Amino acid sequence: MRKQLMKGNEAVVKSAILAGCRGFYGYPITPASEIAEAAAEWMPRAGGVYVQAESEVAAINMLYGAAAAGVRAMTSSSGPGISLMQEGISYMAGAELPCVIADITRGGPGLGNIAAEQGDYHQVVKGGGHGNYRTIVLAPHSVQEMADMTALAFDLADRYRNPVVLLADGFIGQMMEPVAFPQAATAPHLPDWAVAGTAESRSNLIVSIHLDSDDLEKHERALEAKYKAAEQHEARAEEWCAADAEIVLVGYGIVGRILKAVTAEARAAGLKVGVLRPITLYPFPVVQFQRLAFGARVFLVVEMSNGQLLEDVKLALNGSRPVEFFSRVGGNVPSHQEVLALVHELARREGLTRAAAEQERMAHV
Amino acid sequence: MSEEKQAELAESAVLDGPAQPAPGGPAAEYEVAQGRAKAFYERFDRKEELQHQTHYCPGCGHGVVHKMLARAIDELGVQNRTIVVGPVGCAVFTYYYFDVGNVQAAHGRAPAVATAVKRAHPASVVISYQGDGDLSAIGSAEILHSANRGENITVIFVNNAVYSMTGGQAAPTTLLGQKTTTTPDGRNAASEGYPLHVCELLSTLKAPVYIERVGLGDNKQLAQSARAIKRALENQVRGLGFSLIEVLSPCPTIWKMTPVEAQHWVRDAMEKEFPLGVFCDRTKERLERMTAAPAEPKARPSLDELPRLLGVAEEELPEGNVGQIPQGQQVDVQVRIAGFGGQGVLLLGEVLAEAGLDAGLEVSWLPSYGPEMRSGTSNCHVRLSRQAIDSPLVAAPSVLVAMNEPSLRKFDRSVRTGGWVIYNGDAFPADCVRDGVMVLAAPFTRLADELGDKRAANMIMLGALLEIAGVLPQASIDAALRRLVKNPRWVELDERALGRGRELYRQSLVEV
Repeated sequence: MRKQLMKGNEAVVKSAILAGCRGFYGYPITPASEIAEAAAEWMPRAGGVYVQAESEVAAINMLYGAAAAGVRAMTSSSGPGISLMQEGISYMAGAELPCVIADITRGGPGLGNIAAEQGDYHQVVKGGGHGNYRTIVLAPHSVQEMADMTALAFDLADRYRNPVVLLADGFIGQMMEPVAFPQAATAPHLPDWAVAGTAESRSNLIVSIHLDSDDLEKHERALEAKYKAAEQHEARAEEWCAADAEIVLVGYGIVGRILKAVTAEARAAGLKVGVLRPITLYPFPVVQFQRLAFGARVFLVVEMSNGQLLEDVKLALNGSRPVEFFSRVGGNVPSHQEVLALVHELARREGLTRAAAEQERMAHV
Repeated sequence: MSEEKQAELAESAVLDGPAQPAPGGPAAEYEVAQGRAKAFYERFDRKEELQHQTHYCPGCGHGVVHKMLARAIDELGVQNRTIVVGPVGCAVFTYYYFDVGNVQAAHGRAPAVATAVKRAHPASVVISYQGDGDLSAIGSAEILHSANRGENITVIFVNNAVYSMTGGQAAPTTLLGQKTTTTPDGRNAASEGYPLHVCELLSTLKAPVYIERVGLGDNKQLAQSARAIKRALENQVRGLGFSLIEVLSPCPTIWKMTPVEAQHWVRDAMEKEFPLGVFCDRTKERLERMTAAPAEPKARPSLDELPRLLGVAEEELPEGNVGQIPQGQQVDVQVRIAGFGGQGVLLLGEVLAEAGLDAGLEVSWLPSYGPEMRSGTSNCHVRLSRQAIDSPLVAAPSVLVAMNEPSLRKFDRSVRTGGWVIYNGDAFPADCVRDGVMVLAAPFTRLADELGDKRAANMIMLGALLEIAGVLPQASIDAALRRLVKNPRWVELDERALGRGRELYRQSLVEV
């Protein structure tokens, strides 16, 4: 299939339109602005709506309105803007409205900087808004995945009637790689629960208030059941050279790419190293972790945040294997030399180097 | 008047007829002048039995405003098309009453929600129903900007000068001296500012079509309120734009008054601060403008057209010059390009990556920052390979293109043994010389100036780089240049620059 060079951020918009998205409501912020710019250019031409909102707060509430009206719609932002959207995301989860939110992360906390970081993990994966809800979170690591996972995000959002977040660091949003798109567009479809200003939809109501305690408990239990189903069916991860791996490297987004480069070099040096790259951060791919734990001696989590992914890896492994950790923050990226050095150190410690294996063999002679 | 509307009106007339005595009950001793509006549900199912009455307090203005709105919906015959966006506050339960599409919004955000609902379904009739805490405090940005965009929605703004739902705290609309639970000594302008005049504020904007303040202070005011609300809704049905009706409304419970006293207070106290009247009326000019220049129909491309329209249709992508790189030739080009913003660092990398793709290679291009930085340094990573590219970050470049000395000093140590540095400068700094790293240093900016424009320095450096990398067919480079550089004058200059760079590299070999 022929491909074209494109930025990850632009690929999101084109894929969204092909997936039937006809509404974009956003507010500019680096490094996500190209998504809004591409949407401003393409959404109206495709017969959709683009509105630059007065704030991220307004943007997420416009998304609430568009979703309530039954339109596949999306927004994009980065750290500080996502923080402002959290109340609206909670409302959408509560009112069971599907939508797609692209978070192209930058450095934080506070104003931080505009370099890529992964510090939004907690606020996105754990749900930074109020109340008992979850959002499904997809973490692409290439431009092709930015396109593919945008389409997947709309499908999952509709299937679970829940917000889905595309969590990508600034690198994945800003870089260009060859990408191909589906050649058939998905038709917009009006869900039967939507409030559409028609006789058929007149009795529909979109609301997240349940005043009675028993009613609200029932509603929240139904949401939980939905999340359980997502946990069973939607967890995804990529295993790279992982089948016989004794050292399993764990990272998502741009870090996943770096870990693949590390693996190539470590394998060349005779170490059994592999990568487990979570693709869905919620639901977390717990089963894949537990399966690889059978053969692995140690897991090494690498992230551009302060141990946020680490917590989920530890929960998934539940103490069954040691979990080591390496991070760079502030917009710095873990270099593959740094990670490789750590891998060699772990191999020595765990007795996994050729020399160590030889020593062990000799000791038994 | 449409047939549908006439039919609905006829039906509502029947409903409004004299009250029928309940079967077996006593005959009605009164005649109902205005019965239940059709846009209301027959029964307000709320909680348990015996709670089918409204949830509003006796003497509250909301019930009256609801009734006026429901009646306007009836009269305009738009019940099926109507969507009420409810607020947070006493009117949170608008959906108990209005038999229309209902969406309940977050505190203050109803105009944002209404904006998107209306744009999704332009034929719908969207009402943002809000109180004064909701609209004038937490939602002040949303109301201002939806009005300023001229959204074709109707806003009903019920102002009772307090937060009632939460128990009577001060609002932006609280009168000076008015006691509330958060202004126990009365509102003081020195610390709490003055009552906010929403209609006056919004009427300074150019977009709104109709803004009026009405009251529920007496029967005359009531009649005017009903007319204004209907007019605001009618404006939307006619597609004229944004209308807002502010209704000064009694809250006997929080004000600690009887309903009659509260109604008097609307007239005697609130109206003094918030004068009634029309603050903006562009109905006539909008109607004329619409007649003179009807709105152009929106683009509605078919699904089949979309891939081509988005520029992603496979048959329209270039075939490329695949297969020209000899089989078996290893390709692992890892380039770091660095310089000042404006030196064409990113474009240099882009042409390289585009040419690689054209030649059938795997490629990646990664800038070190977004396009928002208007000065300072800029750099990018480019990889070309036969295999899938693991990391797009180039940690140890095989070629470093340094367009100035700071860039050289930042990255020169990272160049791998056997690699190259292409440096833009008269002399290569002696302390940057390393064993096993080859150098091509030349005053590229000056050379470009000699060719006609110093901004072509990046392409001279690319020419040298292409010679060093030695894998890309000329056809791919030509194609990439034409895809990325649209101005023919620049294409011609860049081609000469590329040639100059190649020549420079070959000369440097001779010199060595």
